[in-house]
Amino acid sequence: MEKELKLFSKTHEWVELLDGGRALVGLSSYAVEQLGSIVFVNLPMKGDTVQAEQSFGDVESVKAVSEMISPLTGTVVKVNEAVFDEPGLLNEDPYNTWLLEIDDIKNQEELLTYSQYQSLIGKS
Amino acid sequence: MELLFEKTVSGRQTSYIPELEVPFYQYEDKYLNEQSLDFPELSELDVSRHYSELERRTFGINQGFYPLGSCTMKYNPRFHEQVASLPGFCDIHPLQSLESVPGAKFIYEKSEELLCKITGMDYMSFQPAAGAQGEFLGILLIKKFHEKNGEGGTRSKILIPDSAHGTNPATAALCGLNVVTVRSTNEGYMDLNHLRELANTEIAGLMLTNPNTLGVFDPNICEITKIVHEAGGLCYYDGANLNPIMNIARPGDMGFDCIHLNLHKTFSTPHGGGGPGAGAVGMKELLKECYDEVWKVKAFHGHFLVVVRALCYLLTLGEKGIRDSAVQSVLSANYMKKQLEDTFTIKQKGFCMHEFVITLEEESKNYGFRALDVAKAFIDYQMYPPTMYFPQIIPEALMVEPTETESKETLDYAVEIYKKVYQDLKRDPDSAKDYPKTTPIHRPDEVSAARNPKLRWRKET
Amino acid sequence: MGNYLGVTKEQQEEMKHVLNIQSTDDLYRDIPDSIFQKEGTDLKEGLSQLEVIKIMKQKAATNTIYASCYRGAGAYRHFIPPIVDLIAQKESFVTSYTPYQPEISQGILQIIFEFQTLICMLTGMDVSNASVYDGATAAAEAIAMCVEKQKKHVLISETINPEVKMVLKNYEFAFGIELEFIPEKNGKTDLHALPSLITENTACIYVESPNFFGILEDLDTYSTLVKEKGIKSILGVNPMSLGILKSPSVYGIDIVVGEGQPLGIPLSYGGPYLGFMATKQELVRKLPGRIVGETIDHDGKRAFVLTLQAREQHIRREKASSNICSNQALCALRASVYLSVVGPNGFRQVSNSCAANAHYLAEEMFKIHGFYRGYPGEFFHEFVSVSQIPSNDIIAKLEEHHILAPLPLSENKLLWCVTEVNQKEEMDFVLSLLKEVSEDGIAI
Repeated sequence: MEKELKLFSKTHEWVELLDGGRALVGLSSYAVEQLGSIVFVNLPMKGDTVQAEQSFGDVESVKAVSEMISPLTGTVVKVNEAVFDEPGLLNEDPYNTWLLEIDDIKNQEELLTYSQYQSLIGKS
Repeated sequence: MELLFEKTVSGRQTSYIPELEVPFYQYEDKYLNEQSLDFPELSELDVSRHYSELERRTFGINQGFYPLGSCTMKYNPRFHEQVASLPGFCDIHPLQSLESVPGAKFIYEKSEELLCKITGMDYMSFQPAAGAQGEFLGILLIKKFHEKNGEGGTRSKILIPDSAHGTNPATAALCGLNVVTVRSTNEGYMDLNHLRELANTEIAGLMLTNPNTLGVFDPNICEITKIVHEAGGLCYYDGANLNPIMNIARPGDMGFDCIHLNLHKTFSTPHGGGGPGAGAVGMKELLKECYDEVWKVKAFHGHFLVVVRALCYLLTLGEKGIRDSAVQSVLSANYMKKQLEDTFTIKQKGFCMHEFVITLEEESKNYGFRALDVAKAFIDYQMYPPTMYFPQIIPEALMVEPTETESKETLDYAVEIYKKVYQDLKRDPDSAKDYPKTTPIHRPDEVSAARNPKLRWRKET
Repeated sequence: MGNYLGVTKEQQEEMKHVLNIQSTDDLYRDIPDSIFQKEGTDLKEGLSQLEVIKIMKQKAATNTIYASCYRGAGAYRHFIPPIVDLIAQKESFVTSYTPYQPEISQGILQIIFEFQTLICMLTGMDVSNASVYDGATAAAEAIAMCVEKQKKHVLISETINPEVKMVLKNYEFAFGIELEFIPEKNGKTDLHALPSLITENTACIYVESPNFFGILEDLDTYSTLVKEKGIKSILGVNPMSLGILKSPSVYGIDIVVGEGQPLGIPLSYGGPYLGFMATKQELVRKLPGRIVGETIDHDGKRAFVLTLQAREQHIRREKASSNICSNQALCALRASVYLSVVGPNGFRQVSNSCAANAHYLAEEMFKIHGFYRGYPGEFFHEFVSVSQIPSNDIIAKLEEHHILAPLPLSENKLLWCVTEVNQKEEMDFVLSLLKEVSEDGIAI
């Protein structure tokens, strides 16, 4: 899906709303650029719940680690296992590399549109 | 270069022990190892040459300037190695009776006496194997103290400044304490107002490095420890930066209740490529009873041979030599800093203590070369780079700690090279990634090392 | 007297001039007067190298070096080929720092990579770290790898080394884990008692084999039980036993730890020693401490680097699972040199020699009137004797002859240790002394 149609959190995660009330969560290209080459991703397991505005995992680059903050509350129904084997996918194509699929969405952080997000990171 | 395992020749070996004089003992099959051990098969000469080649690929203090900030890479006197290999120290068993080791008892007692005097503590423990384990013991002492006072459950927070080394919060969190970060002011001092806000009946204490990781001595130190004590907390001193203030200002007088020392930094015991060091823990009388309950952080009596070396140092220098070393470490750092100020942006504005922090934030934005590139370029001039990207609160940081044992000639040469490298990179930022040029390998691919970890050699099949 | 300043008095004056200060006290403006110790006349001078060496030699000479040694219990006297000492004294190895700059640290990095490989070969495990402080802290760190928020119950055997036990008790206080002991029966872990001790919060189990009494634990049963319950298994081993005894990996153990001192490291009154930790591939990211990995440089040349650093305290700060930021590189170097020079056959020979000598002494000892085996199980190179003669009398008798006696476990129990350095003649002498003690004891 086009990045312009995604929603963004202030902590640089993107959300793509799917049919049936589900959503995909990933990292913005800005976040990925800041991190540099990603070498490992820690994610919750299928069946775990995630809480809006709370950490749901972290990403490691060679010499840094960064927490990822969940943009919404819900249950993890799918984990993109491809990023465990190939964390570099996040660097190559962040908007097509989702991390989690969330269902039972209860509430969500106030999310930004793509253009609002671009102005937040000073790229408008 | 080939690995030991790639040099192996089946059947090659040296004999070290006699043939059995007693009957061979045959275990039942269920206990026996049926697999062959793949250790290399080499002659002593093969092994000797292998390690000589590896030594040539290892940069030690014996080879050149080693200004690694916060690591205090001073000269490690060679005679200490000889003393530490005396059979009377090497060939004694840790479970021998105390009466059979008066020499070992002397080593510990004399070291305790001398280090207590330097730090203003009442007791010194040599149990911890390293600074991190010293912190661990120190925090356990504080935890025990509150537990004994019936406040074990309520005092669950530990105050740590944002400039602290990462080990401080890691240690405190492992010991079950919640880390609360205290802000620093622009000068790099602790923000007293923020400290007052945070110091309440929930704090177990404060962990502080002073001079701190920015190389500045906090002038409010007595006020800081007072605020913590008034809130019922204890003060822990991380001795990583004791070097510039030995016999000049004592942590005990600053108001600290317990401390750890890195004998491998401040008291000249060698770093050994990453260890062993030793982390002595000093404490005041009020913690002695707690110590009797939580002292055991490792087996036996700590890193005895490291303490032997530290004692050699203390005896050789005496109180005066110790103080002179501290003063020279500060004088040398400021001398270097002063001459670099016209070229580099340096964080400390006034006098620094034993180390100073260069930031290349502007250069990385304006010219595209980073602290890493500058550091790598120094290597080509036979000097070890400064500590990079530390402290974490300073972007593009290079932390320089020349130590007192470097000559003025070395400092002058380093200043010249630092400036030359800076100008070279500014003129030709595109070349930044080419450094170092003179080393056996060039920049390694750390990304693929972390993405596809290859952590051991395996026989090709 | 002595100091190691690199700057002369004259040069100090030049430096002060550059800084525009009159006195070096001016550099310390930030230190409050109330705690500033001015340069005084009462500061004691130090001693010359000659004097310090003399003092240290005198003090070293007051420590008793026993002509022969039958005490182990976690620290073992073995033969150390002198080349181990000489290589470990090379200046660059002694004085270098943690290899943060790979371009000029390939030597130390390769040494650690080779050490990791040797530990994997020794234990049969997939991966090893660059070492930790000692065997006791290795056990504690292994437990820390296994506990989780909801799983803090840890079972440890009563038969483990008491030094390790004390360290673990301390970690219990620190980490808020719940330690529970599996009882001992006949010198072994009572595995029959184990199933009822396991709860749904049990994270892992720690057992040593050979255990403190020298006995080999029933690892087949242990690993089967643990696997059935889905709990992590940690095994402490004496590396010297692995020259002949079955590799821990065969039992499916999750984490193997141990004290590496027997591999070329002198007794040194207890330290510095060498803790090693090896585990399965899937647990690599939980492994604490430094780890070296192989990669290539920009020209495609083989290169070694510190890797998986994002696990470590200096990056994760309060979220790290261990605060370790060093390793025992110089001790790991000793172990690597030791294993390289003795080679697979030499190592097996030392291992066999320990076992054969220990079994010879035990067999002959238990022929002596009044000496009995403490425990029935199979052992490696340590065993327990029980005697009607008080332990102290036996110790006194041996000490008269400059022999470091076995460790007393109680008034009538002794823990013996025999290695390749205890030759037959020497053991026969000990046996003759025991006979004397036995006859004297019976005469009374």
